[in-house]
Amino acid sequence: MRVTCTVNGERQQADDVREGESLLYVLRERMGLPGSKNACEQGECGSCTVYLDGAPVCACLVAAGQAQGRDVVTVEGLTEGEDLDPVQEAFVEAGAVQCGFCTPGLVVATHDLLRRRRRPDDTEVREALAGNLCRCTGYEKILDAVRLAADRAADRVAG
Amino acid sequence: MTPTPLSVTVDEGTRVAIKHQGIGSSPVRPDGTLKVRGEFAYASDLWMEDMLCGVTLRSPHPYARIRSIDIGEALATPGVYAVLTHEDVPGQNRYGLEHADQPVLAEDVVRYQGEPVAVVAADHPEIARRAAGKITVDYEVLHPLTDARAALEPSAPRLHDGGNLVRHLKIRKGDHDPQPEADAVVVGEYSVGMQDQAFLGPESGLAVPSGDGGVELHVATQWLHADQKQICTALGLPPEMVRLTLSGVGGAFGGREDLSMHIHACLLARHTGNPVKMVYNREESFFGHVHRHPATMRYEHGVKRDGTIVYVRAELWLDGGAYASTTNAVTGNAGTMGIGPYVVPNVHLDCYGVYTNNPPCGAMRGFGAVQAAFAYESQLDKIADELGLDPVEVRCRNAMEQGSEAPTGQTVDSPAPVAELLRRLQAMPLPPEPATPGPVDLRDLPGGVSNTTHGEGVVRGIGYAVGYKNVGFSEGFDDYSTARVRLEVVGGEPTATVHTAAAEVGQGLITVEQQICRTELGVERVVVHPKDTRVGSGGSTSASRQTYVTGGAVRAACRKVRDRVLGVVQQRLGRTHADLRLDGGKVVSDAYGVLADLADVLRGEAFEETVEWRHRPTQPVDPETGQGFAHVQYAYSAHRAVVDVDVDLGLIKVVELACVQDVGKAINPQAVTGQIEGGTAQGLGLAVMEEIVVENGKIMNPSFTDYLIPTILDMPPMRIEVLEYPDPHAPYGLRGVGEPPTISSGPAVLQAIRAATGRWLTRVPVRPEHIIETGFGTASHRGQEGRVEHG
Ligand code: FES
Ligand code: FES
Repeated sequence: MRVTCTVNGERQQADDVREGESLLYVLRERMGLPGSKNACEQGECGSCTVYLDGAPVCACLVAAGQAQGRDVVTVEGLTEGEDLDPVQEAFVEAGAVQCGFCTPGLVVATHDLLRRRRRPDDTEVREALAGNLCRCTGYEKILDAVRLAADRAADRVAG
Repeated sequence: MTPTPLSVTVDEGTRVAIKHQGIGSSPVRPDGTLKVRGEFAYASDLWMEDMLCGVTLRSPHPYARIRSIDIGEALATPGVYAVLTHEDVPGQNRYGLEHADQPVLAEDVVRYQGEPVAVVAADHPEIARRAAGKITVDYEVLHPLTDARAALEPSAPRLHDGGNLVRHLKIRKGDHDPQPEADAVVVGEYSVGMQDQAFLGPESGLAVPSGDGGVELHVATQWLHADQKQICTALGLPPEMVRLTLSGVGGAFGGREDLSMHIHACLLARHTGNPVKMVYNREESFFGHVHRHPATMRYEHGVKRDGTIVYVRAELWLDGGAYASTTNAVTGNAGTMGIGPYVVPNVHLDCYGVYTNNPPCGAMRGFGAVQAAFAYESQLDKIADELGLDPVEVRCRNAMEQGSEAPTGQTVDSPAPVAELLRRLQAMPLPPEPATPGPVDLRDLPGGVSNTTHGEGVVRGIGYAVGYKNVGFSEGFDDYSTARVRLEVVGGEPTATVHTAAAEVGQGLITVEQQICRTELGVERVVVHPKDTRVGSGGSTSASRQTYVTGGAVRAACRKVRDRVLGVVQQRLGRTHADLRLDGGKVVSDAYGVLADLADVLRGEAFEETVEWRHRPTQPVDPETGQGFAHVQYAYSAHRAVVDVDVDLGLIKVVELACVQDVGKAINPQAVTGQIEGGTAQGLGLAVMEEIVVENGKIMNPSFTDYLIPTILDMPPMRIEVLEYPDPHAPYGLRGVGEPPTISSGPAVLQAIRAATGRWLTRVPVRPEHIIETGFGTASHRGQEGRVEHG
């Protein structure tokens, strides 16, 4: 099967996609975008979080065919040229990245949260990120990163 | 060259910048940007033209004899390039970290469910999987041996030639026959379930055949050189034909100490002549690496009325599963640190590491010390309870300190602020009590937005615990690391390049290596060379040892480079200075200020030194008494846990965790707290949710749906205090950091649950049924009247 969709603003096409291949597989193995991660491939860890038509989804749970004709944004698409997104910047600075395997998913999930809520409180952050597992950080610095990113974004708006 | 005028001082700006990036600071990690952009290449992201995909066929039985293996149909499948069995292992079909007892591919017998039997390479993972399904293995299924104590019975089937005992560690210290007199005797039996490292990045690697008939392996691992050695033995190749490079590692926590897909991928690559990549999925990962040893432990403490411990008698059984892995060392740790960081004059302890047909167990963060801590800390709480004393007081009364004698008879020869950790915890403010009465936020309650309670049936409890861990490899192991440091001018700027084989698994070693180079060489730019086997061994990324040992090696290599550079300076100046150093890109004398620009001194020359660095040697312990200088350093942490428990439903919410840890010197404070937070979460996980459930040798929950690790909702906010009492024997005075928090957090949570519910829980992880039902499993029921409800 052939799958055609827009990924990070560019039209992408994958040929010979087998039934059962997920969007995650196609992104990683057929489109050269391994940024989204494959920690469980069962919808439990959030490491594969991408935007599908603007909504965050676990790419491992989306059959490749379901992405046909739709708009996908991955962690690779959040960066504008060399400039990091404030969320990405905050994750690095706050020490929210250790092994980093959870990071792409958490960055996308946080990006989505901060689009919806400019200043989420900690309880809201915890609810919003409860689908993203991290085994290294104990989440404290992830919370720091979200707060920092929210501050930065607010500054940008104010500035 | 003439000395620079005395009036010139070091440019403050530069100096501050470098100080800021050197040891004691928290510069951003050099791989951080790549990781947040999704551009960091983990092992599972590697890709090559023409690469094949390898999969593993594993035994469905915990114990069986193999009558025959038929690969014909699998091999005939279009798209399949190779199907290999034990017959295709050219070298020795055995590997293992301490003891080569594990077949690369099973021969006549399989000893655990998930044991690799055959491997397949094909041009698509699905084709490979289906082909593996077509391999016919004729098994004669045997009755598995699944109980560690039963495995030591004379009637038990022998799983290995040497019998079922991997190690029996004995501690015999002071008097034990007859038992010294005590005012009270406190007895308890405890058990710990099997925990999984659950690193997020699955096992993966890419093996590439090289022109010389050898192989290059890019892999996520914890110790490149130990892997290399085992791969060479299996392939029958010399080390120069097996080259390893560390790829991006998605966490490790001990689970990557043993080999997983390494030899298999190399076999397939050499057989097919194509690059072969193997990636485990989550389910396979549960079968593809060793786990934390489940333990049962029986303790007896004799105490004086004031809480002073007179003696400890203890027996610990660790289930090592089918193969030895690191069971020998884990048993050593659980035994030698089995009574906790306390001074006890009389100790009689037996710790057994045993073979069974359960999944193999080996290294996981805390390595034996975790299991023992649940038992000894429970005992301390029980003593306090029995004698009507404050649990922190009892601990402080018996606490180890510098100069104390450890159970191994060795003198604790660096600061051991055990009592101070606990007292500082006790002095920390407590989280606010839940609002009573008044509106509650569901999200603050056990069960959260599942709307299981509005506060009724919810009780709060507080628990304290302290733990300790040896840093580095113990018991006479030649524990060293190698560092190569090069200093030269690149693009007009003095630049250091540091090359070690020490694995970065997420903890931040590469940042620490840069920091040390900056501090020692006074340069800003430090390049971290990719980790590979082109330099000597860095030792294992485990035992909280890399900042100590590889850090020590990097420091030593830097100092050799620095001394050579300063030698050149003095030669050019024509006189000696005793007070020279490199700082801010300059050669500086304390008395005369800046003498030269480092770039001018280096000119076109590169100064390179390679150093093999060791910590003080340790000794094997006496096999009959467990006495000896076993451990080079101990590291301590203590936790206070506050929990809310819904006693009607058995749901637990950890409200807050506080931790005090002595790290000797915080080389990178942000990374230190990162280790404390992450380590604490893993201890919490073991206390309340994480367990590989094994029935008749079979894993019942090999997925993140059923094996639960803490989410951001499960992990509470933390309060952390970091102490820095330098260890005079260690580089910069530092102490290993990574493991202690995993040791003390779980027992603190367990005790807090007991305090909340009044139930004397004796098993972790605590399950809802332990809280609700009376007398479930090993949990006895006590002190129910002490339960205070709020809400
Ligand atoms: S990989 Fe998709 S949720 Fe885990
Ligand atoms: S940083 Fe390793 S899993 Fe989150």
